[in-house]
Amino acid sequence: MSVLFIVLPLAVVIASCAVLAFIWAAREGQFDDLDTPPVRIVLGDDDNDA
Amino acid sequence: MATELLSPPDVAAEAPVSAASPACSHCGLPVPAGLVEPGAAEQFCCHGCRTAYEVIRGCGLDRYYALRERTGAEGAPARGTGQRYGEFDDPVFQRLYCREVEVAGEGGAKCLATELRLEGVHCAACVWLVERLGRVAPGVIESRLDMRRALVRIVWNPGVTSLSRIARALDALGYPPHPARDASAREIRRAEDRRQLIRLAVAGACAGNVMLLALALYAGVFEAMEPAYAHLFRWTSMVISLVSLAWPGSVFFRGAVAALRTRTVHLDVPIALGLAAGALWSVIGTVRGTGEVYFDSLSVLVFAMLVGRFIQHRQQRWASDAVELLFSLTPTRARVVGEDGQVREAPIEAVARGDVVEVLAGESVPADGRVERGRSSIDQSLLTGESAPVAVREGDAVIAGAVNLSERILVRVEATGEETRVGRLMRMVEENARRRAPIVRAADRIAGWFVLGMIGLAAVTVGVWLWIEPSRALENAAALLIVTCPCALGLATPLAVTVALGRAARRQILVKGGDALERLARPGTIFLDKTGTVTEGRMRLVRWVGAEWVKPLAASVESVSSHPVARAIVAGLSDTPPAAPGSATETTGGGVDGRIGMWVVRIGSPRFVREAGVEEDEWVARAEAEIVGEGMTPVLVAVNDRVEAVAGLGDPVRADAAAAVAQLRARGWRVAMLSGDHPDVARAVGRRIGLEAAEARGGMTPEAKLEAVRGELARGSVVMVGDGVNDAAALAAATVGVAVHGGAEASLSAAAVYLNRPGLMPIVELVEGSRRTLGVIRRNLGVSLVYNAVSATLAVVGLINPLIAAVLMPASSLTVLTLSFRSRTFGSGRDAVVEGGR
Repeated sequence: MSVLFIVLPLAVVIASCAVLAFIWAAREGQFDDLDTPPVRIVLGDDDNDA
Repeated sequence: MATELLSPPDVAAEAPVSAASPACSHCGLPVPAGLVEPGAAEQFCCHGCRTAYEVIRGCGLDRYYALRERTGAEGAPARGTGQRYGEFDDPVFQRLYCREVEVAGEGGAKCLATELRLEGVHCAACVWLVERLGRVAPGVIESRLDMRRALVRIVWNPGVTSLSRIARALDALGYPPHPARDASAREIRRAEDRRQLIRLAVAGACAGNVMLLALALYAGVFEAMEPAYAHLFRWTSMVISLVSLAWPGSVFFRGAVAALRTRTVHLDVPIALGLAAGALWSVIGTVRGTGEVYFDSLSVLVFAMLVGRFIQHRQQRWASDAVELLFSLTPTRARVVGEDGQVREAPIEAVARGDVVEVLAGESVPADGRVERGRSSIDQSLLTGESAPVAVREGDAVIAGAVNLSERILVRVEATGEETRVGRLMRMVEENARRRAPIVRAADRIAGWFVLGMIGLAAVTVGVWLWIEPSRALENAAALLIVTCPCALGLATPLAVTVALGRAARRQILVKGGDALERLARPGTIFLDKTGTVTEGRMRLVRWVGAEWVKPLAASVESVSSHPVARAIVAGLSDTPPAAPGSATETTGGGVDGRIGMWVVRIGSPRFVREAGVEEDEWVARAEAEIVGEGMTPVLVAVNDRVEAVAGLGDPVRADAAAAVAQLRARGWRVAMLSGDHPDVARAVGRRIGLEAAEARGGMTPEAKLEAVRGELARGSVVMVGDGVNDAAALAAATVGVAVHGGAEASLSAAAVYLNRPGLMPIVELVEGSRRTLGVIRRNLGVSLVYNAVSATLAVVGLINPLIAAVLMPASSLTVLTLSFRSRTFGSGRDAVVEGGR
């Protein structure tokens, strides 16, 4: 059970990495427009499947 | 939804078509019979569609049509306007709206970037088409469309192409572009949105992790946990909770400090107090290793409150985005006449004092000034509330925002921007908007004190149980804190408001802030503007006294004139059989002389017609007096030197106005009218909608309207409903300002609510919906308070343990959620006002 003393801080560190990644994405503007990118992907590029 | 606002209104209603007519190859609407080209594979309903189709085909972008089919988009694309967009190349425009950017792969050439708002963006295929702009307009390096906001970011190489050429390409594709104004405000809002999202994420992550740790701690209550592990869990949750309090939770502390500094009560005060007390208690408990800790409640509270605010903020941002879209569509261009007589398109910001600008019929005057050349009549109703058009000639003053109705005029500019009459009014609007005190939401206040109360109660529980039975003290306090988790309370108001705002928007009632609903829920005074609000704001033929047989003659003669009176007569007589064409000449500011076969016809103002020395019977003067008495404009029709008919032209009262006033009164509102028009006209209109003479005040300047609103504010809440620039200051000063369909942009920005549907019935709906929304909020609060009171009692007396509490906790949140979504607020109630619209 004493492994908890290592694993718990480690879990906190991993969780904060995820939070940092989210913050980076938000600052980059990845969440500014949530409507257009899905449309863009579905419509794809015209040159190869026209 | 937002893009729906931009689709052309009732395109299908424009031209009558036969059932068998082919569909337009571009927009899919039926092609009018007159435009069908026999044998052609492609058919077009208008020139704009043909241009768009040819451009799209010519650039090999046909796939657009297949994509549109596949995405199942509804609504026809807009058509191009064929404008030149010369002002987009003006140095002033470029300084205001464009930025230089570095682009790799362009040989180090300096590239420019700008953002434009597009009309007619309505589906996914539009994204595809707009983002391939480079094929249509060479020199465009990048084009990215934000579909919801209809905002496109364009990067181009000024060495290869010009912005006006790009704008013309967009226009030809059917997306007329407009400069996206207030870029800095948008940048600030974007940053705020991002910050809010980050706060939410951090608070969520903290809350989730602390909850997991708390679960372990609660489990430890049943089976004795080794103190070393309990300490580890406590210390870890303390660190995480302090992060949550210090970062996302700091908004509450900052809000509380600001509120204390201005000596106002704000919902952040009790929340901050509760958070601080809970944190202090828990930190002491952790450091000393004894006593209960509340880190889970604290971090979940921060998260829940932020979620509530986030949801509400999103909804409000949506409404203001939609209003901003409408806002951008107002013209920002002026046609400046140079020294050499050449006319050049320039952005409105580049117009300076002393310039001469050209104003064509149908355009609005860009700046205050005097008429240099030309005669016309102008409509100033949005600025003065005066419904009848005013005739202007050389030397007369015109004000920015007035609409030129009949002829081209040249105007020497005397004041621009802030110094114009409109600019000064807008400053008044801003001052009034700043002065208004924020209201405190009852619901939020309750939620804050509730949290504080529960933490206190938990402390008491621990104390009392330590005395009765020490071993159960912590367990019961924990159960209390879990079961009374304030999520439901924190969500009660935002959810009800958000659901109501969404429903209202579907009914074309755009509400910029949730607090407007709360302010509208209790009856007070409603001031209505006259022109454009109670009335349609347009000249119509309302009365015809005299011979019927002269109607075709009148219609035929008046059709030569573009004066609004003449146009109203022609429109009003459109159902009479047309007379044989004749000849006619117009006298500006008077009327029209015509000859049709053996008839000599003279139509116009009484003075103009009588100048010709016509005969008239005594009924003519009587009819004229009666028409004037009702606030209408009389027009005499003389045939062969004898007055045969008197027409009454007026701005008709909206069909639903009287009913709406009656319904508002039935709901306990005091209704009055403030008009800039002549007092007699105001009284006449007031009578039609059931207002006493004292309630229909005329001759009000914008300042007088503002004073009336301020005076009434002392007695209670005031709702101002208006459409014009002259109402804007009053709209901003009122408890809630409501701008009506077709209003000026100043009223849009000043008002908290915008009715995107004509008529007065939406006001009744708004008031009724607000009342119901407050009812839903109260019910939500009641349910969660009762639930919490019962469960808190059970926990305090020790009847539920933490595990059962954790199962019960979401029950109140779910109840509140269900109640909010099933509530009847806008457009679905039993006695909801149903008329027109969707």
